[in-house]
Amino acid sequence: MSIKITVTVNGVKHVDRVEPRMLLVNYLRETLGLTGTHVGCDTSSCGACTIHLNDKAAKSCSMLAVQADKCRITTIEGLAKDGELHPLQEGFNQCHGLQCGFCTPGMIMTAADLLRNNRKPSEQEIRAALDGNFCRCTGYHNIVKSVQYAVEKMKAAKPKPKKEVAV
Amino acid sequence: MSTTNLIGQSVKRVEDKRFTTGRGRFADDIVLPHQTYASFVRSPYAHARILQVDTSAAKEMPGVIAIYTGADLANVNGVPCGWQVNFKNGDAMKEPKHALLAAGKARHAGDPVAIVIAETREQAVDAAEAVVVEYEELPCVIDAAKAVQPGAPLVHEDVPNNICFDWALGNPIEEVNEAMSRASHVTTLEFVNQRLVPNAIEPRSYNSSYDPITDKYILYTSTQNPHVIRLLMCAFVLGLPEHKVRVVGPDVGGGFGSKIFHYTEEALLTWCTKQLGRPVKWTAERSESFLLDAHGRDHITKAEMGFDAEGKILALRVKTYANMGAYLSTFGSCIPTYLHGTLLQGLYTTPKINVDVTAVFTHSTPVDAYRGAGRPEATYLLERLMDLAAHEMNMDPADLRFKNFIPPFDGVNQPGYQTQVALQYDSGNYEGVLKKGLGMLGYEEIRKKQKEAANNGKLIGVGFSTYIEACGIAPSAVVGSLGARAGLFEVGQVRVQPTGKVSVYTGSHSHGQGHETTFAQVVADKLGISMDDVEIMHGDTETVAFGMGTYGSRSLAVGGTAIVKSIDKIIEKGKKIAAHKLEANPDDINFESGKFTVKGTDKSIGFAEIALTAYVPHVYPKDLEPGLDFSSFYDPANFTYPFGCHIAVVEVDKETGEVKLDRFIAVDDVGNMVNPMIVEGQIHGGVAQGIGQALFEGAVYNENGQLTNASYMDYCMPRADDFPFFETGTQVTPCPHNPLGVKGAGEAGAIGSTPAVVNAVMDALWSGGHNVKDIRMPLTAERVWRAMQS
Amino acid sequence: MIPVAFDYQKVKSVDEAIAALAGGEGKILAGGHSLIPALKLRLNRPAKLIDIGGISALKGIREEDGEIVIGAGATHAEIAANKLLKSKLPFFAQAASLIGDMQVRNFGTIGGSLAHADPAADWPAPVLASDAAIELQGPTGKRRLKATEFFTGFFSTALRDGEIITAIRVPIPNEGTKTSYQKFSQPASRFAVVGCAVIRFPDGKINIAFTGVGEHAFRDAGAENIISGQAISDENIKNAQAAALQNITVLSDPFASEEYRRHLARVYLKKALQALA
Repeated sequence: MSIKITVTVNGVKHVDRVEPRMLLVNYLRETLGLTGTHVGCDTSSCGACTIHLNDKAAKSCSMLAVQADKCRITTIEGLAKDGELHPLQEGFNQCHGLQCGFCTPGMIMTAADLLRNNRKPSEQEIRAALDGNFCRCTGYHNIVKSVQYAVEKMKAAKPKPKKEVAV
Repeated sequence: MSTTNLIGQSVKRVEDKRFTTGRGRFADDIVLPHQTYASFVRSPYAHARILQVDTSAAKEMPGVIAIYTGADLANVNGVPCGWQVNFKNGDAMKEPKHALLAAGKARHAGDPVAIVIAETREQAVDAAEAVVVEYEELPCVIDAAKAVQPGAPLVHEDVPNNICFDWALGNPIEEVNEAMSRASHVTTLEFVNQRLVPNAIEPRSYNSSYDPITDKYILYTSTQNPHVIRLLMCAFVLGLPEHKVRVVGPDVGGGFGSKIFHYTEEALLTWCTKQLGRPVKWTAERSESFLLDAHGRDHITKAEMGFDAEGKILALRVKTYANMGAYLSTFGSCIPTYLHGTLLQGLYTTPKINVDVTAVFTHSTPVDAYRGAGRPEATYLLERLMDLAAHEMNMDPADLRFKNFIPPFDGVNQPGYQTQVALQYDSGNYEGVLKKGLGMLGYEEIRKKQKEAANNGKLIGVGFSTYIEACGIAPSAVVGSLGARAGLFEVGQVRVQPTGKVSVYTGSHSHGQGHETTFAQVVADKLGISMDDVEIMHGDTETVAFGMGTYGSRSLAVGGTAIVKSIDKIIEKGKKIAAHKLEANPDDINFESGKFTVKGTDKSIGFAEIALTAYVPHVYPKDLEPGLDFSSFYDPANFTYPFGCHIAVVEVDKETGEVKLDRFIAVDDVGNMVNPMIVEGQIHGGVAQGIGQALFEGAVYNENGQLTNASYMDYCMPRADDFPFFETGTQVTPCPHNPLGVKGAGEAGAIGSTPAVVNAVMDALWSGGHNVKDIRMPLTAERVWRAMQS
Repeated sequence: MIPVAFDYQKVKSVDEAIAALAGGEGKILAGGHSLIPALKLRLNRPAKLIDIGGISALKGIREEDGEIVIGAGATHAEIAANKLLKSKLPFFAQAASLIGDMQVRNFGTIGGSLAHADPAADWPAPVLASDAAIELQGPTGKRRLKATEFFTGFFSTALRDGEIITAIRVPIPNEGTKTSYQKFSQPASRFAVVGCAVIRFPDGKINIAFTGVGEHAFRDAGAENIISGQAISDENIKNAQAAALQNITVLSDPFASEEYRRHLARVYLKKALQALA
């Protein structure tokens, strides 16, 4: 059986027919070719597949593509706006928050959700928020620093009006 | 950015942007035209006779293209081992065939029995499930010490007692026994250095294709060393013409050793693509990674260290059983021997050392290099002994180390230090790193705090580890004499383009180490050009000359040196061109800050103009070839020997046994640093993995040979909230035998950290009056709690 | 990573869900955070999934007839942030914030978790301790079960074939009620090795519930009887600890042996009681 879904990914509307068993991550990677979202495990643990579904961080390996029907999705490819990197993308570079880069997209998408809800997270809040994202390279030290960099950067920037979202 | 003095600067990484924006290109991201997908049928048993494989139903399933079993590959070689270790009696080690698909018998849980290739991944997985295999389950053995007992089930019928080899190194055992008998105190520790699962976050992924018209193959593989894979696959497994095979290691999501090895799937997919004429792709699922990626460590050891009355070490005696798993992995044999036994001098003047290693086959996943590879096992052994000995002799663990350190030597004015276990250390200042570590720690303060805490019923502990490692692997002649079946040089080509832009091709492979930045810093600094004008290329056998890849913290020391050698040749040739243009003698030309200048004059010519002249040689020296493009191979003169001091401070919950890591201090001396930011990042990552071994990680097999924690729901990966910020410090003792003076930083963190944490927990328990000698790693809350109950 | 093929039906109402379930071969998909991992490992092989994620009647948290009604489709994150629960029954928010990780909390639902009935899940502890009821709907209509009647065994509940959880109804306690949830996490999965929820009503009555300890979560009457109405003193806590876990088959696994888990449960009972003071 195949089901028609309509999803808006990084601002672009897509209509596709998918098998119900297709995971959202496979839809993004294979059907849409958005390979920035990664698969690192099969138990919903590692967070490499983290995207935003209707503005909330989600593990796209633990969702079916059909569940995303009529949803709005942002992947790492869509995080920079108008050619301007998100403060987290800049922070990860400035603070050496990545090495091999495989966990990085998921790490950034998770941190972005944290910063949307908490503009001034403590070190412990940052560490706790990253509980669902594994990194084997950095020991997390510079990832936490990178998030802290983004916090400072966003503090300095003018707050943008929050977009209201119809879910 | 200034183009001079780039070496030594914490330049931000040039590779980051593609990863932070989702533009990395990993093997699983690659889809080829007419792509097919593979899935495996795997043995659910650790040891079983494969009686029958019925593929008939599976072959009828939608989308299935082919199914192959062990029988189809009867005439294909297995994957080889790259290092021959001999038995004490001179016989060669036992090397049973590691077939691409198990035939006749499965020898560990997950051993592949059949490969199914289909139009889609879903179809391949569905059909693999429909393959019916009849097994006869056989008894198995997982523990290396038990596997050598008479009557233990045999992994390979032709390997008696499951012994792959026995091996010894150091002083004759009689001399060690004699020295030990004179000791006024002997500290003995019997322990397990547990098996770890490497868990690079990117699962292994391969995509192999064959073009029947050109007879050429392309294998995309998540590997640390594409040329090594190509050589092993072509020359030893499939007998393919090497020049017709291109191996590409694209962006690779972490390796930590586990992506060095030539895995059966690489060769099998390449064999399959030839049969089918279509590309075949396979990406491991995490549950497969747990069962198939070569594991690390797994030593069972008894170690004894004898001291005189003043605390000077007199002798060290070590017996280790090293688990090889079911088959010999690519470097499995050299890890417990030449990367472990050779490090047992540590930082100390121990005059007599003997290490005896028995390598053993068991019905488990093969064991090979995992970050540090042998050196963490050696360091754990020595450093646990040192803290325990200090405790037993009622001495301060830092003082005991100071008493036994090899005195400082720079390897230039003072000679290198010849150990009792074959190596000659290059340069070192061992007391320096401990002094610095103690200063960062505030040692007296923390001891005071510990005493107060103990009086209030709280347990605080401080643990030390002063380590040394051998990296910059390796002088080919030396390792060749020790059994290596490969050279361990590196290649570096520097191609100056006509406009003065520089393309660099290195045999090193970056999978997180930041070569695209560090190597560009070296090149730009030496040539006096902008880093923007330098591009580092790696990971493709079609563009890079034969190189050996990245492991053993070797990239900058060996690969970087090869590049420097090529740069030297470019400058040399540039001087000749400049001299001709400036009508001077080449000997009178200086090259500095990107300019060729006639000494003592203001006559100069820029690097870019020389480059252009080399390719437009209208006004050009006679007898000089056009072009500015040099390739160099560098075979190191010696290993490099980074060292350092790691200190952990922990708090132990008396009620539950939970360990909280309060502080972690790492002072590392990795020689000169090209990019201190990247060095520090490497240390952080290694430290986290080492702490992971101490507190969280460990493969658990049950009596049926099943890996019971083969998922992230059960195998405890360290997370962000398991750590504090690490406190790092550095000392610089340059390597005397390579031009950059660098030693290597990739593994240091994982080598030094583990014993520091375990020692800290022991120290905490000792402060509470618990007379404990050892707790098996990982130090779970329950294990620590139990230690406090006894 | 690839589930077996299945059919899929998205339903818009509870009635439609129940009609879809009547076929017998369907399985409910809520947030999917317990189910989908099991599907990927092919530990679960349903012929059809009935997606209740779009049923608005199952969403939200509201006050109704002296009860807080938590829709079965409320996510862990919504519960963690809910002001009503935070003020009246803070241990719901506390437990919610300790479940899994941020991404799981964003989409995992309380109803899905309760129906899955993992013996190490967090929800059963505060649900049991708060005297909550589980509201169910099936082909024969609605019914309400006390939480104590809902958890029946290892991964098993009193849910009948064709029934779904529609809400968790928690009586609003009087002003002055205090609650606490304390958890010792399994280090890899972050499920509860031991989770202890306690609630102390203004009249001194104390309810105690454990999760992770036995084959299913349970109320500990032995400990409750000792400490209810008493001051939370060191001595009374000790007595409650001694009285806890009677007639309970305590689980044993590689993360905690029976003996250690029993010990931990008592330690976490103490921590939870002390947090009330």
